[in-house]
Amino acid sequence: MKVTIDNITLDVEPGTTIMQAARMIGPEVAPPAMCYYEPLQGSGGKCRACLVKVTAGSEKDPRPMPKLVPACITAVQDGMIVENTVNEAVLETRKGIVEFLLLNHPLDCPVCDQAGECHLQDFSFEHGVSSTRTVEERNTFEPVDLGENIKLNMNRCILCYRCVYTADQITDGRVHGVMNRGDHAEISTYIEKAIDNDFSGNVIDVCPVGALTDKTYRFKSRVWFSKPMDAHCSCDKCSGNVTLWYRGDEVIRVTGRKNQWGELKEFICNTCRFDRKKTSDWVIEGPTEVSRHSVISANKYGANMIRPAFPIAQAARDFKQIDDNRDRSFLENKSILPAKK
Amino acid sequence: MKILTQHIDVPGIETIDVFMKNGGYKAVEKAIKTMTPDEVTEEVKKSGLRGRGGAGFPMGMKWSFLAKPEGVPRYLVCNADESEPGTFKDHYLMMKSPHTLIEGMIVSSFALGANTSYIYVRGELMYVINILEKAIQEAYDKGLLGKNILGSGYDLDLFVQPGGGAYICGEETALLESLEGKRGNPRNKPPFPAVKGLWQCPTVVNNVESIAATSWIVNNGGDAYAAIGVGRSTGTKLISASGHIKKPGVYEIPLGITVEEFIYSDEYCGGIRDGHKLKAVVAGGSSVPILSADNILTTDAGEKRLMTYESLSEGGFATGTMLGSGGFIVMDETTCIVHNTLTFARFYHHESCGQCSPCREGTGWMDKVIKRIETGKGRSEDIDLLVDVAKKIEGNTICPLGDAAAWPVAAAIRHFRDEFEWHITHPEEATKPGAVYMRPGASWSN
Repeated sequence: MKVTIDNITLDVEPGTTIMQAARMIGPEVAPPAMCYYEPLQGSGGKCRACLVKVTAGSEKDPRPMPKLVPACITAVQDGMIVENTVNEAVLETRKGIVEFLLLNHPLDCPVCDQAGECHLQDFSFEHGVSSTRTVEERNTFEPVDLGENIKLNMNRCILCYRCVYTADQITDGRVHGVMNRGDHAEISTYIEKAIDNDFSGNVIDVCPVGALTDKTYRFKSRVWFSKPMDAHCSCDKCSGNVTLWYRGDEVIRVTGRKNQWGELKEFICNTCRFDRKKTSDWVIEGPTEVSRHSVISANKYGANMIRPAFPIAQAARDFKQIDDNRDRSFLENKSILPAKK
Repeated sequence: MKILTQHIDVPGIETIDVFMKNGGYKAVEKAIKTMTPDEVTEEVKKSGLRGRGGAGFPMGMKWSFLAKPEGVPRYLVCNADESEPGTFKDHYLMMKSPHTLIEGMIVSSFALGANTSYIYVRGELMYVINILEKAIQEAYDKGLLGKNILGSGYDLDLFVQPGGGAYICGEETALLESLEGKRGNPRNKPPFPAVKGLWQCPTVVNNVESIAATSWIVNNGGDAYAAIGVGRSTGTKLISASGHIKKPGVYEIPLGITVEEFIYSDEYCGGIRDGHKLKAVVAGGSSVPILSADNILTTDAGEKRLMTYESLSEGGFATGTMLGSGGFIVMDETTCIVHNTLTFARFYHHESCGQCSPCREGTGWMDKVIKRIETGKGRSEDIDLLVDVAKKIEGNTICPLGDAAAWPVAAAIRHFRDEFEWHITHPEEATKPGAVYMRPGASWSN
């Protein structure tokens, strides 16, 4: 089947969704996903972050679809033409979605463990506007413990339902779900029951925001100060393939390995996640590959040696001479400025 | 012309004996003994009957979309989760004449080949559920339900399911989720219920009034039904009239009478209550756009507006509205539109299921902003903010609840912007009890 996304045409298998097809092309055209999680069946369609415009339904019926459609659950048709980043209406809607998601979000990134690997941060940075229009009081909830290792901070939750699907699909005896409705809906274990099974920790990894965090790691560090390493162990419950997060010589956190889209490649068990916190428990494979654009790669692997040419060029272009007596020596340093033509 | 409410005032019509004396259950006999399921569907198609729940989708067409794979059961579900503010027609019909619905259910289930059917009633109407249960038992006793109905070999079991009291469960896929015993969240579409509905089997979900009308269509033929009404709006419609009129209540009207006649004639609403005049009308339940008096009585083209699907929606969203579920709310000039909009916004805020973000956050946001305006704390930019929020919710949600929440707010601002502005510029006057904005030159009474 042929599908065209943002003027790039590719061949895909029948049954592929627009999201999957766009991801085959690359991150430049892939719509953002806040609730969709490929390993979890039935996820998607809720956050509306991935709404795209279909300007031609298919070869047979080339009429445009009347509404924007969620890319993550809409299957491609032969000859479909999709507009994502090139469509004004899509980008405008996405600004609205960012605004909606942040409406009741506390924006407590400075004290949030997820900061730096938070999908909502990325989403609002890439698609949002810099100011807010709301003066309303935010809805608040009290943070609760889900068992001894997981902390639930409902204020940050965007109700993507990923953790509910995770609990449903990979663990036995789900005890948590969504209670209440509307903007008062909350993830909850019925009357604060502990989540108690071997794979419950995965809800931390699937959470796109800092609503579910690891209590063994809470407030210990920032992700960009820690150094991820791929490692494995022989575990009788899971594959044992994990990422270890080091600060100095200390393993401060263990997570599953994630792919380019922030999705877990394999779910790991609670023993690996919460209890194996010594280097001697693991066989180190080497540094985890981290995108150069990620904040996690900052100050590591020589990434700080790379001169980010674009922002500096832009800063130089936008620079306006101000008549003041501050020290401007850093801008007159010829070595970091692009040569003048 | 009365179809559904013809015998509704006969004493004892809720019992099967009186109902049958008045011609009840003849359609069941006719359909099951003399017709094939396809012939029944054909008659319904010919009748042009449109879904009475709000969307107005042709019912015969909906039935023909039903997938019919071998060996998979099919279901008919009656949507009696009527919770739209301003709409109370199904409640009235089921309470007064439960057998009208049950007869329609049997005929419709026969046409669709369903052997199990459900009536999903909102949980607040427990006494109606008891009436229905009793009526169903009577039908079982007469051999009109159960195994081998009237010796024809057709089996049908009919169940009543109380809902938990959520507006969202009136959305068909949320209703099916709720019926399956899950949280009532609307499903992503496609697949549509006609392909994968209740327990992943093909399912048709229809409104009480639509189903009840099918027995008359079987008795009298689709053409006779299509003869009533105007254009593509055929048959009769139950209208729940409420608000500042002399005679509030449920009226069965032939589609095609003028709005003016409906409001002012003694047969129907009887006019606006004494000494007052019409200010605004919500024509089809709280989720349709509100219209000012001029716009509801005449269309843009200067013609008299009719009570039909087409005429009410003439002018699009600029000057038109929708027939919706027929919740006709009339307001006189003592009504504060801002307060009214706040009531609607609060309702949708309360009833949003919280599944998709535009509706979950947007309804709450609109509610809070209108609340601020109403309490005299509005800012001048709030009106445009509301319009923009409504625009960003509309069309971007999983189910139509987002649209339903956005339209009343957007329409109230479109037609009564000066009233919102007055609330913002004159907070002290506006927050006095009973304060209502008067347009320059307007007066309190005729």
